[in-house]
Amino acid sequence: MRARFSLLPLRLSDVVFTVGPRRIIDGISLQLDAGLRTVIIGPNGAGKSVLLRLCHGLLRPTGGSIDWNAPEIAGGARRQAMVFQRPVLLRRSALGNVTYALKLANVPMGEREERALEALRKVGLEAYANHSARVLSGGEQQRLALARVWALRPEVLFLDEPTASLDPGATQEIEKVIEALHAAGTKIVLVTHNLGQASRLGDEILFLHQGRLVERAPADRFLKQPASLEAAKFLEGELPW
Amino acid sequence: MNSIAEAAAQAFGLILAADPNLVGIVLLSLQVSLASVTTACILGLPLGAAIAVNEFPGKRFVVVVLNALMGLPPVVVGLFVYLMLSRAGPLGVFGILFTPTAMVIAQTILIAPLMAALSRQVVADAWSEYREQLRSLGETRLGAGATLLWDLRFTLATLVMAGFGRAASEVGAVIIVGGNIDGVTRVMTTTIALETSKGDLPLALGLGFILLLIVFLLNAGAYVVKETAQRRYG
Amino acid sequence: MVVARRAFVALLVALVPFAAQAQDKFITVASTTSTEQSGLFGFLLPVFQKKTGIQVRVVALGTGQALDVARRGDADVVFVHAKSAEEKFLSEGHGVKRYPVMYNDFVLIGPKSDPAKIAGGKDTLVALKKIQAAQAPFVSRGDRSGTHMAELTLWKDAGIEIDKSKGPWYRDTGQGMGPALNTASSLNAYVLADRGTWLAFKNRGGLAILVEGDKRLFNQYGVILVNPDKHPTVKKDLGQTFIDWLVSPEGQKLIADYKVGGEQLFFPNAGQPGV
Repeated sequence: MRARFSLLPLRLSDVVFTVGPRRIIDGISLQLDAGLRTVIIGPNGAGKSVLLRLCHGLLRPTGGSIDWNAPEIAGGARRQAMVFQRPVLLRRSALGNVTYALKLANVPMGEREERALEALRKVGLEAYANHSARVLSGGEQQRLALARVWALRPEVLFLDEPTASLDPGATQEIEKVIEALHAAGTKIVLVTHNLGQASRLGDEILFLHQGRLVERAPADRFLKQPASLEAAKFLEGELPW
Repeated sequence: MNSIAEAAAQAFGLILAADPNLVGIVLLSLQVSLASVTTACILGLPLGAAIAVNEFPGKRFVVVVLNALMGLPPVVVGLFVYLMLSRAGPLGVFGILFTPTAMVIAQTILIAPLMAALSRQVVADAWSEYREQLRSLGETRLGAGATLLWDLRFTLATLVMAGFGRAASEVGAVIIVGGNIDGVTRVMTTTIALETSKGDLPLALGLGFILLLIVFLLNAGAYVVKETAQRRYG
Repeated sequence: MVVARRAFVALLVALVPFAAQAQDKFITVASTTSTEQSGLFGFLLPVFQKKTGIQVRVVALGTGQALDVARRGDADVVFVHAKSAEEKFLSEGHGVKRYPVMYNDFVLIGPKSDPAKIAGGKDTLVALKKIQAAQAPFVSRGDRSGTHMAELTLWKDAGIEIDKSKGPWYRDTGQGMGPALNTASSLNAYVLADRGTWLAFKNRGGLAILVEGDKRLFNQYGVILVNPDKHPTVKKDLGQTFIDWLVSPEGQKLIADYKVGGEQLFFPNAGQPGV
């Protein structure tokens, strides 16, 4: 275990993100700490996916700042990772997809295959190691995406509706892996539409509405008794999508 | 109809006789076209990928120019290369005019834009799908281009065969820079042109059939290789 | 990886023969399409190569183009049949000396139906006047070749300013002899051709020789070494060896021996004055 500064806490200060005339993120300030599993929910168009991408670095804020505790070294291995709703896999074997990620993380060649196999084992896909990744089922592909992430041992993992396209059985598998990652020490930041999933996986909930952080509370309190009017409406299904 | 039947008979006869002159011409055609396509791919595929994954001022203009270059008339390319390689031209010192090397150069110039333009399109389409994930994993633009080229290898294989087809079938460039010299720079297409101008139409057509057959066989072979590989890696 | 390996092997296979072709002893001869298409070179050159070890690479173009290639220094020897163009070439300093080698003749070809009624005539000029008067279709090479220049001279000698009096009956195709004959065959038109190309031509359709034997149809071939003073890369020794062989008794006899369909095509006349 190398001694290094933790990436967290992550501080957002008055972050704004506009596309043309639309303010998708309208001044959000928050701090994400290690330990808690953070779940972001909100109606469509609230800006959840954009917020995730801003934190991960795929988008740059138009205003305000996003500061990690320790900066990632440019060109070095990434210490935070992201899983998308639809996993993007290369035309290679399942093992090949994981070793590819390890190569990008500058893991020495000799170690890659072993670490990749270990990651596949953790998600229950070791039997498919030499199968073409693209012929796996939707749930298996998403598990492979998580294996890929696991092999990297990131400090923070962003997940953008990872089970939205999956059936309940596959969803359960994915939730198990997310739990395991959390238990292994990765900070989880999850966007979901599934309130059941939010209650299962979340320690705290961030409720977004029209680009603003409207409420932040421990998960069970929020889901039983939201403090804000918009949150209450949303939970009752009254807020327009 | 009579000439076509006669031509088919001639073609058959030539193939069976394995006339050494014809064999030499066929081999040279293949060598020139394969060398051209290989060089054109080495130049064109990375260029296309690089343009696809990078943003830079004037990118749209570059793309339009690249696409337009796909339509370069072979005879114009031949003329240009001739003027370059002529003793009176800037590259005359190398003395490669009227050699197969000149033919390869001309055909490479003809096909490289095709390889670049097509690969750019194919990679750009894939890039829109892969971009977020690859960036998330920490891939550089350079690495992304290479990764995508490999990932798209089956589609690119078809593109490469298209390029080969264009090289093997063109006559305008190779006849000017090669001089259609018997035994040295005479390839299938220039032989067909020669026999046509001599009025020996059945022979010309027969040679045409043989050329088609060769290109067809190569394409079939490439297809089989592609299909088997694709079945393994999806 | 298998794919990559196969590609690499293909590349090697592709490039190796080019190395083999970088022979030391060869010369580039710019000649005309009609000479090449007559098959003469296929007959002569192997003998020359066997004797001297020199490979002769013939680039066959129209006379004008052949001389231009030599003017650029891209050929070592020119072997064409247009005396005035050759003398201009010499006067520009691009050539060393002109050696007459052989002659063949032109023939006036036309449809057997012969709308201009010139068949069997012995006077080319009369025949051309008849063709123009009848506005019968006539195909011209229009490519600054020796044949084309001979044709233009004949029109002039017949008193016809062809530039002014050409109408839709006169087809200026800008092509070599073979393609011009193809065009004439499909149009059932008159055309001036060299006997060699005609004898080897297979797509005759309804065409036949209508006028021949006129002295005006005499077609002299000359060979010239490109001037090494002006073009230092010219292979002057090898080139001169070729020229010397062409005009030698051995070369001249071989030229006379070349036959197509039992007929002699070219008549050696090296050393003949005034040609």
